[in-house]
Amino acid sequence: MKETDLWTLGVILGLAAVTVITRSFFFISSKPWSLPHWAQRGLQYAPIAALSAVIVPEIVMTQGHLVQTWQDARLFAVAAGAAWYFWRKKSSWAMLGTIVVGMAVYLALHLGLGW
Amino acid sequence: MSSLRQIVRHPEFQRGMRDMSSVAPGLAAWGMMTGVAMVKSGMSLFESIAMTLLVYAGSSQLAAIPLIAAGAPVLVIWATGFCVNLRFVVFSAHMRPYLMHLPRRWRLLAGYVTADISYVMFTKRYHQPPQTAEERQTQLAYLMGGCATNWSSWQAASLLGIFLAHSVPAHWGLGFAGILALLGVGCSLASSRLRIVSAGVAGAAAVAAFAMPFKLNIVVAIAAAVALCLLLEKTPPFRREATR
Repeated sequence: MKETDLWTLGVILGLAAVTVITRSFFFISSKPWSLPHWAQRGLQYAPIAALSAVIVPEIVMTQGHLVQTWQDARLFAVAAGAAWYFWRKKSSWAMLGTIVVGMAVYLALHLGLGW
Repeated sequence: MSSLRQIVRHPEFQRGMRDMSSVAPGLAAWGMMTGVAMVKSGMSLFESIAMTLLVYAGSSQLAAIPLIAAGAPVLVIWATGFCVNLRFVVFSAHMRPYLMHLPRRWRLLAGYVTADISYVMFTKRYHQPPQTAEERQTQLAYLMGGCATNWSSWQAASLLGIFLAHSVPAHWGLGFAGILALLGVGCSLASSRLRIVSAGVAGAAAVAAFAMPFKLNIVVAIAAAVALCLLLEKTPPFRREATR
């Protein structure tokens, strides 16, 4: 392990500022303005789009390429997790179950079968 | 402005904490692997702790770690962090009408702690910005309750990962639990046909544009999905759904 250096700490402080600026971007200024109506409407589709854009490449790609085999633990884990969610949709265990069931399938296939 | 104590004691604060706790284990596994990644990249214990406590943004940390290890120019590292975080800029446009009633320093603090899942859970529960003082208080309490659980589970797990970095077997792929946590939240958002279209388009676009630098594929995917859904809203099969 390296020693702590000031350059790295400076980089970290800058990245913390980047977190504040990006997460607050459109409400940093106190000037009154509002988004056009169509943009307001459109933003309701943004959360699920953002989640899907993060999730899908993580399950169907390996090092920048689409997976070429169906023997991939991630595909089965996601299918099992989603199946659990929609089966137990109404229960308060829906989301936690998605993680637990998905990980059980993932670890069994990944560690057990080496997929 | 309501006091911090009033917010913490509000029933919606508890509710926010409870809703968030159902995805916290997945976020924690992800936070732990981020902690491991920092130490394994050669950062010192102090640097790793400072990074998790201050930066508090998993994706930008993961993008910056190899650049820091390689000694890349500072501006390149910051620009990378900014681009990876661009989705938060989109979220901030959405959050603006919900938070503008706060003084600026509180808005910045609220923005800082509102990570992906906190934003998603919040906008899922509150479709409209607050109109009355009471609604402002209620919504802020829910947001902060969710952020409190999100922050503490992420930080605790990340610190655990930093201290256990050399005994957590990386090949297990525990970080995949983070993806499953996002999957659960994504499924809970799939409440209309247009939202399912949005997820499908964004997923496909993110894969198609994967080669773009700085994870810009995610921003491109959000833009494509939102634009297409706005167009589809106007077409007969979806018109009734959109006006609901």
